[in-house]
Amino acid sequence: MIVADRKSLSEIQDMVRDCRKILLVGCKGCVTVCNVGGLKEVQVLAATLRIAAKIEGRPLIVEETVLERQCDPEYVEMLKPVVDNFDAVVSMACGVGPQFLSEAYPQQRFFPAVNTTFFGGAVAHGIWEERCAGCGTCIIHYFDGMCPVARCSKSLMNGPCGGSDHGKCEISRNINCIWDMIVRKKTEQGRLNDLLDIVPAKNWQTARDGGPRQSRREELIQNG
Amino acid sequence: MDDLKSGSNLEKVLKAGHFALTGECGPPKGANIAHLKEKFAHLKGVVDAVNLTDNQTAVVRLSSWAASAIMVQDGLEPNFQMVCRDRNRLAMQSDILGAYALGVRNMLCLSGDHQKFGNHPAAKNVYDIDSMQLISLVKKMRDEGRFMNDDVIDTPPRLFIGAAANPFAEPFDFRIYRMTKKIAAGADFIQTQCIYNMDRFRVFMKQAVDMGLTEKCFILAGVTPMKTVGMASYMAKSVPGMEVPESLIKRLKGAEKGKVAEEGIRFCLEQIEEFKTMKGVAGVHLMAIEWEHRVPEIAERAGLLPRPVAP
Amino acid sequence: MSDAFEPTIIAFCCKYCAYAAADLAGSMRLSYPANIKISQVPCTGRVDIVHLLKAIEDGADGVYVAGCMEGDCHFVSGNLKALKRVTCVKKTLAELGMEPERVEMFNLSSAMGPRFAEIAIEMTDRIRKLGPSPVRRQPQPEAAAE
Repeated sequence: MIVADRKSLSEIQDMVRDCRKILLVGCKGCVTVCNVGGLKEVQVLAATLRIAAKIEGRPLIVEETVLERQCDPEYVEMLKPVVDNFDAVVSMACGVGPQFLSEAYPQQRFFPAVNTTFFGGAVAHGIWEERCAGCGTCIIHYFDGMCPVARCSKSLMNGPCGGSDHGKCEISRNINCIWDMIVRKKTEQGRLNDLLDIVPAKNWQTARDGGPRQSRREELIQNG
Repeated sequence: MDDLKSGSNLEKVLKAGHFALTGECGPPKGANIAHLKEKFAHLKGVVDAVNLTDNQTAVVRLSSWAASAIMVQDGLEPNFQMVCRDRNRLAMQSDILGAYALGVRNMLCLSGDHQKFGNHPAAKNVYDIDSMQLISLVKKMRDEGRFMNDDVIDTPPRLFIGAAANPFAEPFDFRIYRMTKKIAAGADFIQTQCIYNMDRFRVFMKQAVDMGLTEKCFILAGVTPMKTVGMASYMAKSVPGMEVPESLIKRLKGAEKGKVAEEGIRFCLEQIEEFKTMKGVAGVHLMAIEWEHRVPEIAERAGLLPRPVAP
Repeated sequence: MSDAFEPTIIAFCCKYCAYAAADLAGSMRLSYPANIKISQVPCTGRVDIVHLLKAIEDGADGVYVAGCMEGDCHFVSGNLKALKRVTCVKKTLAELGMEPERVEMFNLSSAMGPRFAEIAIEMTDRIRKLGPSPVRRQPQPEAAAE
């Protein structure tokens, strides 16, 4: 899923400081699963913003809604009847959400309430970790299911570097050295030879480095 | 190893079978060339080549190729370091050509410390290619006369290619294979991480000799004399991939007041003495951090002076 | 004015412990402040961040959650979850410039009638000292009253 963290209250407040009536829009996709932008989080942020306004003695109406997904025009369309009733709309979806909303309703102002961080999963309740960098050319099968592009701090293809420290990355004791894990797994499975060939330089054209990307599935595209 | 690949002094010294000595110098955090030249001066005639670090520990300094070029003007031989953190493949190839054009003949290919440790932690890191791929790239440019994309280079850079090896970082058992890969990629010489655990290094060198690696590549053992007990404890605790045995810290602690640095130098000299006869060790890389002025004394006491004059 | 201040305090009480303790306090004829408005919950694990914030938003001067002793939750760990949520709301209050002590977590058993009364008194004293919630202190504009 796409993982995100909520922006600080003060940052969100600064965005909508001049508004008297705002709509908070959650998303039932990834951000619901990672507990940052679903129904509950929308309610919490709305209550917090209202409390803040009351403390300041400032008029503020905050309404709450949650869309099935904000990354799909058919759901984004559902805001149409209400979207113009507000001074601004705050999206609690990943970075895709506020952009799809902006494209659908160019007359309205949209603000992001979360910082979109990475593609990952929950390794434990309340802890999410990065697993994929979206480089566009998957190579994890060469590394026994572990991605050095996303999980090595230096995206080394021929690691581990000299900074591998007792299974941890040199940048933090909270981050596993993925190369240490790759070497151990290959060793355990008797496939260390796989790592003796030099992996050539990666072609980054399929990654963001090649420019903004588009994915086309001709059989799905409807003409007209 | 008959034909010279670069014609560098370091290459000639090593190929003539001499026990090599290389030094290291960090460019200044500014354009204070006078200070840089003063540091060089201590090393002139004392070492065969001097490593010029490339924004080491991710702290911005005068560029390693510029410092290398200044060194060439002053009649010393640089070992130009390049890390993968700060440049993509375009910048790398361009700087390699530039450095070569300015007289650089040795180059050390490194991954580089992550910028998180440095003075610009907010920087975007590059890591377009890794150190292994950088070695392959320099070799291709030199031996095939082609860029990474196979375009022909008009006057290819003839560089003596170096790489680093850390026998002490985990996973230990894989370290010899990683060095093997670097040699296969095209490393002509290896400079190791600072050695303090001699037992571990002996094992590593035996593996290297048994695997025939020392026939293909010159291995220079890395040493850094300990100046204080604090430095030893810091390296033991806080430098990832560095191994400082408790026995060494004890030995430094046991030194008389004001004699800790001397004890550190003595340990270093004992190490060098052993390296001289250790099978497969082709020389020593002396990293005397901000201690360049003590290098002549250490080299003298180690019996490494005068340096051989390459033909 | 502060002499006249009678705080409104919402207490989310677990039916297996704190709520039963409140009953016991009643039958023991122990008096505790009338400021406490009790809301019975099947387990404090049911109390969410949004419930605590809603209470504050609606003008409560203090809020607390009273659950079973640690290790004794009827649903294993509901009280521990509640503690984490209370901690989270404390942080939010701090961000809002409010005193985090307005929200608290307590643990007690159904046999602790006197302790229930003690907590009620302690919380009332605490909030009385802090004064009215800043949510109530400001004259509220009309729009917000909708």
